[in-house]
Amino acid sequence: MNTICIMCPMGCPLTIEESDGNIVVTGNTCKRGEAYGKDEYSHPKRAVTSLVKMKDGGVASVKTSQSVPKERIFDVVRFIGSVTADSGVRIGDVIARDVLGLGVDIIVTGRK
Amino acid sequence: MRNMDFDVAVIGGGPAGMAAALAARKQGATVVILERDSRLGGILNQCIHQGFGLHYFGEEMTGPEYADRFRKMVEKEDIAVMLESMALALGEDKTVTALSPSLGLCKIKARSVVLAMGCRERTAGAIALAGSRPAGIYTAGMAQKICNIDGYLVGKDVVILGSGDIGLIMARRMTTEGANVKLVLELAPYSSGLKRNIVQCLDDYGIPLKYSHTVTRVEGYPRLTGLYYAPVGEDKKPILSEERFISCDTLLLSVGLIPENDLLNGLGVNISPVTQGAVVDENRMTSMEGVFSCGNVLHVHDLVDNVSQEAEIAGAAAARYALDGGVCKGDFVNVVARDGVRYALPQRISRGEGKLRLFFRVGDVYKNCRLIVQSGENTLVSKKFMVLAPGEMGSADIDISLVDGDVVVRLEK
Amino acid sequence: MKYDCIVIGGGVVGAAVLDRLAAYNLKVLLLEKEDDVASFTTRANSGIVHAGYDCEPGTLKARFNVRGNELIWRDARELNVPHLKCGSIVVARKEQLEKLRELQDRAVVNGVETRILDRDQTLKIEPNVADEIEYSLYAPSAGIVSPYQLAIAYADRAILKGGEILLEAEVKAVSRKNGTYFVETSKGVFESAIVVNCAGAYGARVNDMAGAEHFETVYRRGDYFVLDNTERKNVNTVIFPLPTAAGKGILVAPTADGNVIYGPTAVDSANPDDTATTPDSLDVLRKNVPLSYKRPAFNKCIRVYGGLRTLIGHDFVVGESKVLDNFFMAIGICSPGLTSAPAIAEYIEALIVERTKATVKQSGIVAPPRRKRLAEISEDELDALIAKDSAWGRIVCRCEKVTEAEIVEAIYSPLPATTVDAVKRRTRAGMGRCQGGFCGPKVMEIIARELGIPLDQVRKGGGATIARYAVKEVE
Repeated sequence: MNTICIMCPMGCPLTIEESDGNIVVTGNTCKRGEAYGKDEYSHPKRAVTSLVKMKDGGVASVKTSQSVPKERIFDVVRFIGSVTADSGVRIGDVIARDVLGLGVDIIVTGRK
Repeated sequence: MRNMDFDVAVIGGGPAGMAAALAARKQGATVVILERDSRLGGILNQCIHQGFGLHYFGEEMTGPEYADRFRKMVEKEDIAVMLESMALALGEDKTVTALSPSLGLCKIKARSVVLAMGCRERTAGAIALAGSRPAGIYTAGMAQKICNIDGYLVGKDVVILGSGDIGLIMARRMTTEGANVKLVLELAPYSSGLKRNIVQCLDDYGIPLKYSHTVTRVEGYPRLTGLYYAPVGEDKKPILSEERFISCDTLLLSVGLIPENDLLNGLGVNISPVTQGAVVDENRMTSMEGVFSCGNVLHVHDLVDNVSQEAEIAGAAAARYALDGGVCKGDFVNVVARDGVRYALPQRISRGEGKLRLFFRVGDVYKNCRLIVQSGENTLVSKKFMVLAPGEMGSADIDISLVDGDVVVRLEK
Repeated sequence: MKYDCIVIGGGVVGAAVLDRLAAYNLKVLLLEKEDDVASFTTRANSGIVHAGYDCEPGTLKARFNVRGNELIWRDARELNVPHLKCGSIVVARKEQLEKLRELQDRAVVNGVETRILDRDQTLKIEPNVADEIEYSLYAPSAGIVSPYQLAIAYADRAILKGGEILLEAEVKAVSRKNGTYFVETSKGVFESAIVVNCAGAYGARVNDMAGAEHFETVYRRGDYFVLDNTERKNVNTVIFPLPTAAGKGILVAPTADGNVIYGPTAVDSANPDDTATTPDSLDVLRKNVPLSYKRPAFNKCIRVYGGLRTLIGHDFVVGESKVLDNFFMAIGICSPGLTSAPAIAEYIEALIVERTKATVKQSGIVAPPRRKRLAEISEDELDALIAKDSAWGRIVCRCEKVTEAEIVEAIYSPLPATTVDAVKRRTRAGMGRCQGGFCGPKVMEIIARELGIPLDQVRKGGGATIARYAVKEVE
């Protein structure tokens, strides 16, 4: 398969092929690109950023601590929608751990 | 009227302003940052997606996190920060007139000034969008602010005009927050955004992108109910016989960013018609002695990491100028962009020693091409690129000692 | 509710009429269907104060234009509405000199001062006329005024004098029983001895509702470009081409707020709501502006818009209905309607005062509280203002340099500005080159805070909200 690496803004064009049971990535210019290519071939993953409601109104921005399987993005977003953060949260606070058994945490990244 | 005195006045407290202030302070200058908002960080505060900091900090961060990292560094230093403060005027003597709710009207006497005001988005008016004038048509950045800071979506059935990065990012944001992004239209035959954003913001969610298409007119009042769009010919004019209608309640515009240099009006500072930012030398000094420019007010960047690095050059040079009077070595040569290269920056450099990184943008998509940087008889750079696109800023390092007359930056097939 | 007089329509004509009637011992009410005055025809007006040379002698247009030109400068000054008596020129090519002379003959009959200038004289006044222009007809009494701010100022002063304005009150029916009019609206029924129909594009419709004279109406849409205020230095006067049957033609003019406009076109339509611009019509401007003006800067456009002239026959309809007594009309007010508005109001005032024998109240109200702009305030005065209220030091609209204090003041003006558009018309916040991209959300926040409503109830104008769904709560 052919795709564009999304690991950094360079956007290297990747070619990913399977030969003798090995996944071979070409077109990458760094190690992260190779790892991304392999993941993208077998089980694509994405980091999720979204907004969590706060108890006193308003929203705080959040991210997942690691990437989650691409097909679970909306499950994670729905989960974030079910959470309400304390009004005192600060950047870096973890507001939920091991979300949906995916092994990722939800971390506050910013607030008004 | 309050009078103040600083070596360096930095106008704007976004990523460029913060990095410039830190670099100036490091040189020993007294520094003030003027920021319009009630906190530092600028537009980064509303860019809650990831993709920041990989080059500068070696880790992937969101916009607010990147801003916060810099904010904390600024707070640690002896840097004066004036929040909710707007620079109203810049005088020929580099006096900055600013208005602040806590300090009132201020005259800041500065020995050097760093411009770091960022850019603004082109609007529906700027592209003379025809049709009604309903609620539901916003720049992508405004919708981003209302979403990521205030927590509201501006609509649920969305069309996006322009494939600039903010538009692409907002396609994904609106989708994940519950809206239906129906279509993205791009006037050019290529995207003006980063390739990775096409993949992770559109392709991931199955959002169609039509190149060489534009909106012909919008319909509905008081709220947008739909719009007409059509493919465009070679002349960029819509082919009306192929016009189609799509219903939507929201049209987001991501049709270009313009450096916000209003403060320079009337000062006679050389402005590049291509970048719409100031013409600068390798220190990022403008044609007005002691006035420096960096970040998106100089030229629109794709990456905040590049903004920070550029701002450090400007900030450090501004401090040196303020402290010992001179930074420019003189003996300037021009940097000239041609043959597919839209612009190269800095636009002029002084002869001397050492390395210098040139930044450039191309005017179209070029495959398997070679970037040539030449000065007199000397070839400074000859670098092969598989693809160069207008949406992605390129760079090339040159050896200044080889400069022999004007430096020409061009593409070769 | 019973009134002595109800004015239907809150455009500049209706507001001017209300302002005059409110000076008397009369209980007066203005009904407006939109959420602010000046929301339809007036808001999209060119803002030109015409000299009055081109109106057909003997018409109401000629009469009210010339008288209106005398009154409007005084009103604008008294009400602190931005205005400038910058003069106008009608430009002509060599072979068109005869047409200019005909126009000047009309000016003489109408009692308007004009002069024919040759190219050199023209260039002294307006250096950027097109190269082909050899002559111009200069009218020193012409100029510009902010049309919506004039209407708003009339409305504000009328309220201070005791007049009432009800917004979002669309008139649905008008009936009459025992000498009393019953005006049925979306906000209830109001009774009045007298009705004044100033309903603009809907004027003929209101006439029909009441059973007054029936008129056929033509709606002539005009599209405009609004240019960045950096273009203002290139235009000194109002530059007209020679008039045609369709109207005064496509002009290039400064605006009282410091921009430049190109327009209007003239596209006839049967629909009174048809103010959408079209690509074709905008192209007409792109093609025609260079014929009279040599520095067109379409790339400096910050906004395009369309407005309607409502035409009933060839003249204004102003006066009392011949079939319904105590039913007064000021309809079919197309160009030069803005200039004529104070004169029309003066005329209607005289008719109603004669009918009611009303006497003047001793209110002492001359002008609404002065709406200050940051640029007009001295440094010392500004520091004093900030010391009292820090909002004077907080710039909200960076393009037009509008402070939070000005926005709050607009929200609490006699006719409160409760929408983003209403705040924009009063303060210019959002009218600059970023078109509210930066200040829009801040203005929304201030409106929400002052009105005590959540952000998703703040409206743009026309009833539509901007922040619509809390994230993740799209139905």
